[in-house]
Amino acid sequence: MRSHTVAAEGGAAGVARADDTLAAHFDDTVRGGDWLSDQDVVEPFVAACTDEMVQLEQWGCPWSRQADGSIHVRFFGGMTAQRSWYAADKTGFHMLHTLFQTSLRFPSIERFDEYFCAELLVDDGEVCGVLAFAIASGEPVVLRAPAVILATGGAGRLFAQNTNAGIVTGEGMAMAYAHGVPLRDMEFVQWHPTALPGSGILITEGCRGEGGILTNRDGERYLENYGLGPAEPWPRPKAMELGPRDRLSQAFWHEDQAGRTVATPQGSAVHLDLRHLGEQRILERLPMITHIARHFVGVDPVTAPIPVRPAVHYTMGGIPTAFSGATELTGLFAAGECASTGIHGANRLGSNSLAEILVFGRNAGETAARWVRDGGDAGAGAGWQRSDHGSSERSARARSTVKLAEPAAERWLGLLRNDEGMRVAELREAMQQIMEHEVGIFRNGAGLQHACNELAELRERYRRGVRLDDRSRAFNTEWLSAIELGYALQLAEAMAASALARQESRGAHMRNDAFTERDDERFLVHTLAYSQGQGPPQIRHAPVTITSSLPQSRVYGAAAEQQTQQAQQVQEAHDQGPSVVAAGGSAAATGDIATGERATGERGETAGSREGAARE
Amino acid sequence: MSEPCGEIELQVQRYHPEHDAQPYWQTYHVPYSYDMSVLEGLQYVKDRLDGTLTFRWSCRMAICGTCGCMIDNQPALACHSFLRDFAPGPLRIAPLAHLPIVRDLVIDPSDFLEKMGRVQAYLQPQEARTPADGPYRQRPAAMAAYYDHAQCINCLLCYAACPQYDRDRSFIGPAALALAQRYNLDDRDGGRHARQPLLNSEEGVWGCTLVGSCSQVCPQGVDPARAINRNKLPSALDWLGSKLFRRRG
Repeated sequence: MRSHTVAAEGGAAGVARADDTLAAHFDDTVRGGDWLSDQDVVEPFVAACTDEMVQLEQWGCPWSRQADGSIHVRFFGGMTAQRSWYAADKTGFHMLHTLFQTSLRFPSIERFDEYFCAELLVDDGEVCGVLAFAIASGEPVVLRAPAVILATGGAGRLFAQNTNAGIVTGEGMAMAYAHGVPLRDMEFVQWHPTALPGSGILITEGCRGEGGILTNRDGERYLENYGLGPAEPWPRPKAMELGPRDRLSQAFWHEDQAGRTVATPQGSAVHLDLRHLGEQRILERLPMITHIARHFVGVDPVTAPIPVRPAVHYTMGGIPTAFSGATELTGLFAAGECASTGIHGANRLGSNSLAEILVFGRNAGETAARWVRDGGDAGAGAGWQRSDHGSSERSARARSTVKLAEPAAERWLGLLRNDEGMRVAELREAMQQIMEHEVGIFRNGAGLQHACNELAELRERYRRGVRLDDRSRAFNTEWLSAIELGYALQLAEAMAASALARQESRGAHMRNDAFTERDDERFLVHTLAYSQGQGPPQIRHAPVTITSSLPQSRVYGAAAEQQTQQAQQVQEAHDQGPSVVAAGGSAAATGDIATGERATGERGETAGSREGAARE
Repeated sequence: MSEPCGEIELQVQRYHPEHDAQPYWQTYHVPYSYDMSVLEGLQYVKDRLDGTLTFRWSCRMAICGTCGCMIDNQPALACHSFLRDFAPGPLRIAPLAHLPIVRDLVIDPSDFLEKMGRVQAYLQPQEARTPADGPYRQRPAAMAAYYDHAQCINCLLCYAACPQYDRDRSFIGPAALALAQRYNLDDRDGGRHARQPLLNSEEGVWGCTLVGSCSQVCPQGVDPARAINRNKLPSALDWLGSKLFRRRG
């Protein structure tokens, strides 16, 4: 009930209206991901979303409604249709608490609240459990399990300015990485364009969905100058303030460079203006934002614009999983932000991640349960250090799991005995500054190389020891943050090295050196970072699965509208190709794509009819 | 941190189970700025002055419910209280009242979690339904009936404020009772009769003495006092019904 899901404000995507289609959700996702999404995963994903929203509704989630009592869905950035299910501006909160409260119905679910998972235990290439510490006592605990699902969230805390909770430190990813599982597409980090300067507290995209606008110091709606305009009519989907997050954050960067941002004590900002919506609508639709703005920065959005700037928000990359939630390590599953399921590609669309946790959470849970039931492991069903009533084989297995855990526990407990080195906060802040400056919204080769060198140096310092004030065991949060920091430094290094190796600009990964353009010839591929222990990671690349939507130029605003129009004309001429609007979200046959491309050139829309039909 | 406004004195209650017989107060001096929360003050201490100071926190935006403590003797979220309102201090910060202390500002919430399960704070549908049946229709007025009570972030400020819980730890308490009522008032739910025996007991709604401090300290407007007292009428009717119709089932 404390997961960072609780803070998600905006919405969860699931096709719900007659004027929307699965194909449109597929297209928006693939386009939003700048064609780095695995389309064979996006397709079943979009098909599964809506049922999960309905399931939550039936468990009590108070989704916002229309006057007749049916579900109300709203627009979100990069989405062609109204498809975001929301619960006022507390969507994640209501989803999480609905699920948590529903879980209370099942006494068979045993929770280990406030156990800190420190390491995966892997025996002969198979996961056999985890080493955890009971936080209240600091005692090491071995949780034996033939299947482990990581649901540890992203790694936004690697950066100085982020919207994330204190727990979003990424060690789940790093635990898998340490056991040879590659981390995929780690260079793709999403900056949310509207966070409070300094604290990074999130101001939901829902504000823009309701019609909020962004202006620079001259009061100009500057997004018009970055291929997202024209400004009017407003609001309309996939244009201006409802463009995708990567483009909005990049536009801020340029405005800031040009000196057209507003100075605040916490750094430069632009204005998010809601005033024209009127007091009633602001209070009714955006109560949490009103509250946050009034209390945290002393601004009343009814009478004044809110200062906002981009902050790190979401980690697109992570542990590669199949649609089933399985990773390449036997017995290990992952779901949510720590996973790289392949749906987000180079840039996640808002409200796809809340849908993702439902769809892939279910998949991972069901697959793991099946794996255990089908006897995936001799110790199946065993978990917590219970006395072994089973076979001698099972107890031998248990002993070997505990043996695996001992050196790991000893290593982490060893941190408590160290007298020298930097303080945790000092080392963490050094890492966050490097990430902020060199692995930011825009990156370049020299900066990334510098980041790699600095991070290697920080890892070396960490190995030499961090100095803890607190040497005790009970609820020692300084010690736990030291464990997190060790993992975070490895992730930061994987991120910087992955970014350095991607010599192109795509989605959220933008370079301002020689590689300012997308390069499909060389980089329509996933990045895989493999841990090399103490050395820098090894970077390899792997193919992206494209089933139906070939890469096109990714345009928004008027250009996208033109693209859609052209594609529609092509489509009409084509007389409703047989498989274009496939109900299951499966997309156009190759022949249709080729036709679209020939007719409309670089701007060809693969399945324009879907988008056209879905537009309001 | 933005421009400092000055310095504030924090007095924080400390307690370590491995070596302290009793809690004690420790003083720290912290520079603060206009937008700095009490949580950020505590983080400043932890990062720069004393790594042993222990407290829970997570979201920083008053929605995860993790950082509740007594701030100037009032239960409050540390992330949602601002140093500017207490400067120059001394500002006293202590763990939430009425709950067992684990260490420093960290309390043990397990009593509440157990009670949440006991009151069956989850939807019990009137008839089985699957996603294939589609969502329920729920008109805005029907949603409004329970909506406020569904905003509980489980921060336990109301337990720290409740005089009845202070007197009697068996009292189910404000948040858990409000959550039970949240489902009782939901027109999708059919679980009221299953919840009622416990709600109707001495541990349940009748323990509430109508002081209302739970609703005053609630950071989310859940209004547990209203939820509890709205339940007293159905509880009374159930009681009356049970007396009149006991033999007829």
